[in-house]
Amino acid sequence: MRTMTLEAFADTIVPGAKRSPDDRAVAGASEGGGAVVAGAVDLLETPAAGVAEGLDSLTQMLNGHARDYAAEHGLELDEDVPPFVALAFEHRTALVARLVAPGHPEKDGWVALTLFSNMAFDTGAHMHTLDAIAAGHPGLKAMKFSKPDADGLWRFPAFTYGRPLARKHPDTTPSGNPA
Amino acid sequence: MTSTESTDVLIVGSGFGGAIAAYHLAAGGAKVTVLERGPWLEGKDFEHDYLLGSSYTRIFDFVVGNGMSLLGGNCVGGGSVVYFAAMPRAPRFIFERKGSIGRRMWPGAINRDTLDPWYDKVSEALPVTQQDWDQVSYSGGLFGAACNHAGRTANPVPVAIDTKLCTNCNWMMAGCKFDAKRSLLLNYLPAAIANGAEIRPMHEVQKLVRTADGGYRVSYNVIHDVDYRVSVGSGEIEAKIVILAAGAGATPVILQRSEDTLGKMPHAVGRYFSGNGERLNTAIIDEDKARDLLGLSREDDLSYAANQIGKGPTVASWDNLDGSLPEFSRFCLEQLYFPPGFGTILAQTPDALPGTPTWFGAEKKKIVEKWQSWLTIFSMTEDDNEGVFGTPPPTGNSIRISQQMLGRGPITYNPTENTLFGWRQADAAVKEIMEKDGLSKVMPWTNDVVGAYTVHPLASCRIGDDPETSALDDRHELRGHPGIFVTDGAAVPGALTVNPALTIAALAERAMPGIVQALQARGVNVKYGAPSPDGETSGRRGVKNLLPDLVHD
Repeated sequence: MRTMTLEAFADTIVPGAKRSPDDRAVAGASEGGGAVVAGAVDLLETPAAGVAEGLDSLTQMLNGHARDYAAEHGLELDEDVPPFVALAFEHRTALVARLVAPGHPEKDGWVALTLFSNMAFDTGAHMHTLDAIAAGHPGLKAMKFSKPDADGLWRFPAFTYGRPLARKHPDTTPSGNPA
Repeated sequence: MTSTESTDVLIVGSGFGGAIAAYHLAAGGAKVTVLERGPWLEGKDFEHDYLLGSSYTRIFDFVVGNGMSLLGGNCVGGGSVVYFAAMPRAPRFIFERKGSIGRRMWPGAINRDTLDPWYDKVSEALPVTQQDWDQVSYSGGLFGAACNHAGRTANPVPVAIDTKLCTNCNWMMAGCKFDAKRSLLLNYLPAAIANGAEIRPMHEVQKLVRTADGGYRVSYNVIHDVDYRVSVGSGEIEAKIVILAAGAGATPVILQRSEDTLGKMPHAVGRYFSGNGERLNTAIIDEDKARDLLGLSREDDLSYAANQIGKGPTVASWDNLDGSLPEFSRFCLEQLYFPPGFGTILAQTPDALPGTPTWFGAEKKKIVEKWQSWLTIFSMTEDDNEGVFGTPPPTGNSIRISQQMLGRGPITYNPTENTLFGWRQADAAVKEIMEKDGLSKVMPWTNDVVGAYTVHPLASCRIGDDPETSALDDRHELRGHPGIFVTDGAAVPGALTVNPALTIAALAERAMPGIVQALQARGVNVKYGAPSPDGETSGRRGVKNLLPDLVHD
């Protein structure tokens, strides 16, 4: 239940394609892999992130909010899955928007979940970056993050247009500074 | 019974404020001990890796406050190890700013003319060099071309980078693997060590107590190498003089925590914090327009698609740094690289439908897929010094959430109308430049998630002439607490409209003659006048005539 709920949350932040036709946690609101396939739950559970101990209570709170949200909107929830997972993507999105909005008393906890969900996608911070690239990490791939040299370090010998592209400010000092 | 260690000078922090002091005071003959809360890494240790626990999370500190998040260094070398090495001087009008206090914020003794020799001295030491257009990254070139297309000027930014060694890898925030970035690890710190200064990493100062002989006893915790939430030891050191250089996000917290033992702090300790008026915009470039409008082309028939390539900021537009304009309407715009992790979550999608989220969700994912075509524009405006530090956390400057890097801190920042006005002006200028003729679509970063965002925290314990609105006198000594000096970004009176590292460093250099004199008055055999860390002397000659004004009669 915890994993499914966290996956559904992460999929709301960076959505992806369903992993299989019967995938319930991933809503399928986007093509390609999203935060879930990128490893969001692994990242949330890694000790370095420091949020693992709070995940049980965040999961319960999120499902509680989902129940309240469903009641408020007259939605019937499928009881085979956790309440947040039972919400359609647009309702998950609306609920998360409410939880992370300025002034929400629990905002800090939900923002932490969004930060790590996003970080799973845009850096794969639970893995060595070289391993993530080798494994076809969906976020780094989607961003077209380039591959490093053979020694695992990035170098870009071609980096400049190499010509003046603007006039310098007329008051620039001899040391190249603003006056 | 254990004996307490003693030293002449105890320096808290090893960034610009700490390293410059460590060098000059050790070279002058004082016994210098530096306590640094972060680890001691160097070129061979820095990693190109986003894994939590790699060098970038070990050496960075990211503190989320109420309305403001602060990024700073957390390692030997401090901000210089993680920064992007842009080193412009503050424009002349900055020193005449009044902010909202109705009088000049800076001490009467400091203006651009009197600070220039100190800027020269630091520029010689690091060194700082001018870039030409053939050293400017694609992103900088694109921004320059966009400014030109919009009828504006743009300048390559002075930098502390050895461009011959630079690989344009854009991993500067993780520490420079190639020793191209001229951090303090390559100049002031080795020179300080050569002169006998001792640097202790993973030592986080908690509190100061006054001793009977007029010195200070400084208590610290030793931080666990991997899990910074854990303390593995503690201790105390006595010193004749204490120099706080823990960064603008930490220096006032140490003083606030020490108020019950030191006595009342000046009103300005933990107040007047400035985020340097910083604001970020993300432009998503139309690659065809970059070719057709700006005439840009690179290898493989690309026009841009080079967000990942470069060395942080390389080009800035200074057209709005006009001293004849009213305060809060002056700003500079600088091309920037912001790495993933921090740099994508706060970007907003320009095409979000009303009522749909702008910073997460399916539309947001579409713009992240265009990440290589992003151009980040960094605005540095004049904010209103409205940041205030609340009750200090039990240890350090935040309640740490993650093992490294991420914490929740006590700062509150509610932007005033003056600050909001500056941000609106800067946002409008970015939009005018970057959306002209359909070159890109632009949105500012959201402040709704972690508040406003600064990589240049300033002014939380500032110098000035007015005791009500400044914590330090113009020699950086804490009012009412003789022998405590502050030489980091906390001492800078307010936003600078440019990257502040060179100004922080120049002020630290300028504070040294006065601190030497304070040590001499306490019986320490120390002299002022060391050359540049590599032995050059033209900077020293340049400041010679200024010295009589910097020591007490």
